[in-house]
Amino acid sequence: MSDNDVLIKVRNLEKKFNGVTALKSVNADIKKGEVVVMIGPSGSGKSTFLRCMNLLEIPTSGTITFNGVDITDKNVDINVHRQKMGMVFQHFNLFPHMTILKNMTLAPMKLQKKSEEEANAEAMKLLERVGLADRAQAYPSQLSGGQKQRIAIVRALCMKPDVMLFDEPTSALDPEMVGEVLEVMKELAEENMTMVVVTHEMGFAREVGDKVLFLEDGIIMEQGTPDEIFNHPKTERLQNFLAKVL
Amino acid sequence: MTEWINSIKAQFVLNFIEGDRWKLLVSGLGVTLKITLIAMVLGIVIGVILATIRSTYDLTKDDGRGGFGRVLLKIFNVIAKIYLTIIRGTPVVIQLLIIYFVIFASSDNGVLIAALAFGMNSGAYVAEIIRAGIMSIDRGQMEAGRSLGFNYIETMRYIIIPQAFKNVLPSLANEFIALLKETSVAGYAAIQDLTRAGNIIRSKTFSAFMPLVAVALIYLAMVMILTYFVGRLERRLRNSER
Repeated sequence: MSDNDVLIKVRNLEKKFNGVTALKSVNADIKKGEVVVMIGPSGSGKSTFLRCMNLLEIPTSGTITFNGVDITDKNVDINVHRQKMGMVFQHFNLFPHMTILKNMTLAPMKLQKKSEEEANAEAMKLLERVGLADRAQAYPSQLSGGQKQRIAIVRALCMKPDVMLFDEPTSALDPEMVGEVLEVMKELAEENMTMVVVTHEMGFAREVGDKVLFLEDGIIMEQGTPDEIFNHPKTERLQNFLAKVL
Repeated sequence: MTEWINSIKAQFVLNFIEGDRWKLLVSGLGVTLKITLIAMVLGIVIGVILATIRSTYDLTKDDGRGGFGRVLLKIFNVIAKIYLTIIRGTPVVIQLLIIYFVIFASSDNGVLIAALAFGMNSGAYVAEIIRAGIMSIDRGQMEAGRSLGFNYIETMRYIIIPQAFKNVLPSLANEFIALLKETSVAGYAAIQDLTRAGNIIRSKTFSAFMPLVAVALIYLAMVMILTYFVGRLERRLRNSER
């Protein structure tokens, strides 16, 4: 593997919360165009790991290199790099005081200095793609959970990120709405977007993932292709976990 | 009956018409409004600054980034806390008297000094109201803003403050209504505000009922007007979400 193919390089990442260790010397490489899925029991550190990647959690030690820059360096302006790392949250976190269109165009207009027309045009194009163009002037409170999450995804896409981070994007949804969100994510993967996904949707991990990481107790216990992880689990821990969730 | 009406009429003429005494009330109202308005602006400025310091300190407590900025913030936070404790822990009349007779003893611009005193006092309360509003916004909003690449201040400005402002509007309105009424103690510092004007009329005409009730009605009318406009603003802000 050549080094330029690696978009995010994580080395010896460690995170402690008030002395409690959440992540222990985690190493990972996320290549361009790759879909990496993280699975594991709750409290295993997978969300913490994801949130460390854009420094929403500040790592206790270790390095994260994004596009060749060590973003854990205190002299690095993290805000510049976050513009290139889209994030989707479990609870959507749309801005309730703005219309859908404004939610999407705020960052491109303020941070990338795009004109309103340009930002609107790009946002509308994305809205058409996820079938929500007619809701552009609605407020988040008027949308269903599935619609909100689709908006959250395209809001992040408006910044044209190099990687998309998904933090349990379907966990807060009613079951009948999970499909529509996964569908959007699948399309994104087909367009070769680099994605890191924390999820409990094993079907998605198996079908869309290029690489699956299994975390438990703050360490990556096992990693491999979906076939290796789901059909030939090596560790007893993973076997137990799969037995419970499948 | 006609006798009673005639006596009321006489009282009215005595208290307000004779010697153009109504002009006292008008100029008193002007002074009260001037003090309230300046104090309100000052209160918002001080309140926003203090609330920003206090909530920034609280919200960035565990992001682990130390350094010089953090030390500076800590010092500002302590100063803000001391200010809040002193202002909220002592009566506004005493604060007014200290500022008027001790700190600005040589100045004779009573209205401005009173406005400064009430503004400093109101600022402490406004600060706590705004801070509560900021802290009540779900932390996911801050995270969403930061994940898009906004820095802390931009996230506050575009995402947190607009929502917080809407939430605290009723409490802020309450504070300003209280402020308007609190300025009635300005007379302690020899300022001829509305209350003092009524009192002067009373001491000249030796009839208490008319001037004092008139003053009360004027305060009431102003509070009702203020309440009406806040209600309209609230409805407009709420409409933007439905």
